Amino acid sequence: MSINDFMTMRHELILAALVLLVLIIDMNLKKSQKQLIIPISLSLFFIHTVVGFLPAQTGVLFGGMYHTDALTLLMKNILNVGVFIVLLQSTTWLKHSDNGDKISEFYILLWSTLIGMNFMISSGDFLMLYLGLELATIPMAALAAYTHHQTRSAEAGIKLILSSALSSGILLFGLSMIYGTTGSIYFDTIGAVYSNAPLQVLAFIFFFTGMAFKISLVPFHLWTADVYEGSPVNVTSYFSVISKGASVFILIMVMYTVFHSIAYLWKDIAYLIAVMTMTIGNLFALRQKNMKRFLAFSSIAQAGFILLGIMGGNKIGMTATIYFVLVYIFSNLGAFGVVSAISAKTGKESMDDYDGLYSTNPMLTLLMMLSVFSLAGIPPLAGFFGKFFLFTSAASGGYYWLVFIAVLNATISLYYYLLVVKAMFINKNETPIAFFKSDNLTRAGLLICTLGIFILGFWSQIYEFINSVSFAIVN
Amino acid sequence: MNILSLFILIPLLTIIAILFTSNMKQTRVVSAIGMGIQLILAGLLVFLYLTERNTGNTAAMLFYYDAVWFPTLNIHYTIGVDGISVAMIALTSLVVFAGIFASWMVDYLYREFFISLILLASGVFGFFISLDIFTMFLFYELAVIPMYLLIGLWGSGPKEYSAMKLTLMLMAGSALLFVAILGIYFYSAPAGSQLTFNLLEIAKNHIPIEMQRFLFPFAFIGFGVLGALFPFHTWSPDGHASAPTAVSMLHAGVLMKLGGYGVFRIAIYLMPEAAHEQAWIFLILTGISVVYGAFGAVVQKDLKYINAYSSVSHCGLVLFAILMMNQTALNGAVIQMISHGLMTALFFALIGMIYGRTHTRLINEMGGLMKVMPFLGVVYVIAGLASLGLPGLSGFVAEMTIFIGSFQHTDTFHRVLTIVATSSIVITAVYILRVVGTLLLGPIKNDHFLHLTDALWYEKLSTLTLLLSIAAIGMAPLWLSDMINFSLGPIVEKINSVATVAHLF
Repeated sequence: MSINDFMTMRHELILAALVLLVLIIDMNLKKSQKQLIIPISLSLFFIHTVVGFLPAQTGVLFGGMYHTDALTLLMKNILNVGVFIVLLQSTTWLKHSDNGDKISEFYILLWSTLIGMNFMISSGDFLMLYLGLELATIPMAALAAYTHHQTRSAEAGIKLILSSALSSGILLFGLSMIYGTTGSIYFDTIGAVYSNAPLQVLAFIFFFTGMAFKISLVPFHLWTADVYEGSPVNVTSYFSVISKGASVFILIMVMYTVFHSIAYLWKDIAYLIAVMTMTIGNLFALRQKNMKRFLAFSSIAQAGFILLGIMGGNKIGMTATIYFVLVYIFSNLGAFGVVSAISAKTGKESMDDYDGLYSTNPMLTLLMMLSVFSLAGIPPLAGFFGKFFLFTSAASGGYYWLVFIAVLNATISLYYYLLVVKAMFINKNETPIAFFKSDNLTRAGLLICTLGIFILGFWSQIYEFINSVSFAIVN
Repeated sequence: MNILSLFILIPLLTIIAILFTSNMKQTRVVSAIGMGIQLILAGLLVFLYLTERNTGNTAAMLFYYDAVWFPTLNIHYTIGVDGISVAMIALTSLVVFAGIFASWMVDYLYREFFISLILLASGVFGFFISLDIFTMFLFYELAVIPMYLLIGLWGSGPKEYSAMKLTLMLMAGSALLFVAILGIYFYSAPAGSQLTFNLLEIAKNHIPIEMQRFLFPFAFIGFGVLGALFPFHTWSPDGHASAPTAVSMLHAGVLMKLGGYGVFRIAIYLMPEAAHEQAWIFLILTGISVVYGAFGAVVQKDLKYINAYSSVSHCGLVLFAILMMNQTALNGAVIQMISHGLMTALFFALIGMIYGRTHTRLINEMGGLMKVMPFLGVVYVIAGLASLGLPGLSGFVAEMTIFIGSFQHTDTFHRVLTIVATSSIVITAVYILRVVGTLLLGPIKNDHFLHLTDALWYEKLSTLTLLLSIAAIGMAPLWLSDMINFSLGPIVEKINSVATVAHLF
C-alpha cells in the first residue's frame, strides 16, 4: 500500500489508531488518574475531526470494495462533527464515580462503531457493507449496557443485540439472494443487471427490512423506545442521531445505485412506510413523559420525514436527505444536550420535572426551546429549511398528498414539542430544578448546536456544497 | 441599502437592544423607540412610493431588490412593494406602535414579552415585503410561532388551551399552504426551464388548469384559516379572548390580514381559472363567516369574544370581496383590511384598558363607564360607529366599496349573496349599540367603578394613533384607494383575462 492509499482511508485508519492509543494510555494510568482520559480523548478526536476536513485523497481500494469520494468524505465529516458534540456533552456524566474505571471503554466502543459506520459509507460491495454494519452494531450493544449495574441499561444492551442480530440475519438473507441471482457482491455490477424478477424483489425487501430496523422505521421500530430509555442519555443521543444518520446515508446511496432499476417499486414501499412511520411515531410521542423516550419516538417520526427525501430519487432528493441529517444532528443533539446536562446534574429525566425550568435555568431552557422548534421545523431555524427541502424533493416526484400528510404530521409533532416548551415556560412548579452551572465542555457542545441551528439555514453555501456532491438515481 | 430591508432589520436591532436593557422602563422605551422609527419609516415609505408613482414609474413593484439565496432551487430574497403592500405595511407599523403603548405596563417577564411581540411584527413586515413565495412562507410561519408564548405566558382565562388551539390550527393551515406553494413552484415555469419562487415570474406563466383545480383549495383554505374562513375560524374567538391586549391587537389587526393578502396575492392571482371555477363554494363559506360571525357577536357576553366574533365577520367580508374578483370589490377588500385592522386593534386596546381597570370583561357586570372614564368611553363609541359603517369613518368607505363591487355582478347567485352579506351591517349595529348602551351608558352597577381613573398618557397615545388613522381614511379615502387602485389594475387584468371559463352559476 502506498501513502496515497493510506490517505484514502484516513478516516478509518486515524480512528483505529486513536482507539489503540487510548487503550494504551489507559493501561498506563493509575486509577486516580483515569479522568485524564477525558481531555486526552477529546483533543484527539478534535484533531481527527479537523483532519477530516482537510483536502483529501479520493480513490478506490481493494478492487472496488472500498471507495472514497467527495460524497463519502462529506458524510463522514458530518458524522465526525456529530460525534464530537456527543463527546463534549458526555463529559459531565463520564466523570461520575460510577464510571470511574471504564471511561476509556466509552471512547473505544464509541469510536469502534464510528469506524464501522465509516466503512459502511465507503463500501463498494455488500461484503464491506456487512462488515461495517456488524462493527457498528455490536459495540453499540456494549455501549447501551454501559451502566450495567442498572437493570434497565443491561436490559437495553440485550434488547439491542437481539434485535440487531435478527435484523442482520434478515439483511444477510437478502444479500445472499442478491448474490444468488446476480452472481456478484459489487454494487456496480449488481446495479447494472438488477431487475424486477420476483426473487430479486424479495431480496430487496429483505435488505430494506434490515436497514429499516437500523433506522427504526415503523413497523420495525419496536426495539427503539426501550433501548433508548434504558441506555445512558449520551449513548441514546448517539443512537438516535449518529447511528441513524449513518444508516440513512447508506440506505440512500444503495437505493440510488444498486436498486435504481426498481426505483418505481421501492418508492411505493417507501411511501407506505413513510406514512406509517410519521404517523405512528408521532402518536406514540404524544403520550411520552420521559424525555428520553419522548425524543426517541419523535426521532422515529423524523425518520419518516427522511424517507420523503429519499423518495425524490433525484439530486435535490439526496441533497435534502443529507442536509436534513446534518440539521437533525444539531437540533436533536441540542435537545439531548440539555436533557443530558440536567440528567447528569440532577438525575431527573421526566417532563414534569422540567416544569418552571425557565425561572431557574433560562439559558438551558432557551436552548431546549430552540432545539425543539428546529426539530418541529419552525423558521428561521435550520429545521425549517431541512423540512422544506425534504418536502420539496417529495413534491418534485409528484407526491403532493404525501407532502400533505407529512406536513400535517409536522403539525402534530409541533403539539408535543410545544408541550415541552409549555412545561418549561408556562407550567408552575413549587420545586423547579435548582439553578446549576454546567461545565465548560458541555456548554461548548451546546454552543455548537445553537450555532448550527441558527446558521445552517441561512448559509446556503452548505446546501449548495452538499448539492454539488450529491447524485441522482443513475439511469 | 434598500429601504424595505430596513423593515426587517429595525425590529431585529430592537430585539438585540432589548436584550441589553436591565429594567422594565428601559425595555419599553427601547421598544417604543424601535417601533417609532418603524412608524416613521413606514410614513417615509408611503411618501417615497407616492412620489415615485407621481414621477411616472409604472413598474409593478417598486423598491425592487433581488438576491439569490439557494441557487439550486432558485430561491431568492426578493422584495418589492406595490400600493397594496405599502398600505399593509403602514397599517402594521401603526398597530405595532399602538400595541407597544397598550402594553406599557406589562411587568411579568417584560423583556421576553417585547421580544416576542416585535419578533411577531418582523414576521408580518417580512411577509408583506416578500415577492418570493419561499421567503413569504418563511415569514408567515415566523409570525405564527411567537403567538404561542405570547398567549400562553401573558394571556388570561384558558390561555394554555387557547394558545395551543390557535397555534395548531394555524400551523395546520400552513400545512395546506405548503402543498400549494410546492405545487405552484413545480409548475412555475414551462417544462424544461428553470423553476422559480418569484411571484412576478410565476404570474407570467400559466399553471395548467388541472393543477390549479387541485392546488387552489389548498392555497385558499391555507390562507383562509388565518383569515377566519368558516368553518376554520374557531381558533379566533378563543385565541383573541385569551391573548394579552397587544397581541389581540396585532393578531386581529394585522395577522388575520395576512390571510386575506395571501389569498389574493397567491391563490387568486396565480390560479385565476380555478378561482373562477371554485369561487362559488368559498363565496358561500365566506358569506356564512360574515353573517355567522355577526350573530356570534350578538350573543356573546365577554367584550373580547364580541370583538373576536366581529373580526370573524369583518375578515370574512374581506375574503368575500376578494372572491368577487372585480376592481371595485378588490379595492374595497384592501380598504376593509386596513380599516378593520385599525378598528379592531383600537377595540382590543380599549377592552384591555377597561379590563385593566374593572377586572371584568362581562358586559352585564359593567355600566355607566362613560361617567368615570369619558375619554375611553368616547373613543369606544367612535370605534363602534366606525365598525358599524358610519359615513366619515373608515368602515363606511370599505363596506360601501365592497358591496357596490359585489353588486356589479349581474347574476342572481352573486346578488343574493351580496344581499345576505349586507345584512351583517344591521347585525353589527345591533351588537355595537348593545355594548355601548350597557357598557358605557346607564347606571354604574358597581361602586368600585367610581374610583376608576381615565386613560393615562400612554393609553391616550395608543388609542389616538389608531383613532386618527381611522378618521383620516374615513374623511379622505381617495388617496388610499388611488394608491391601491393603481396596483390592482394589472392583478384584476390577469384575473379577468381568463374570466371566459365556464361558471357554475
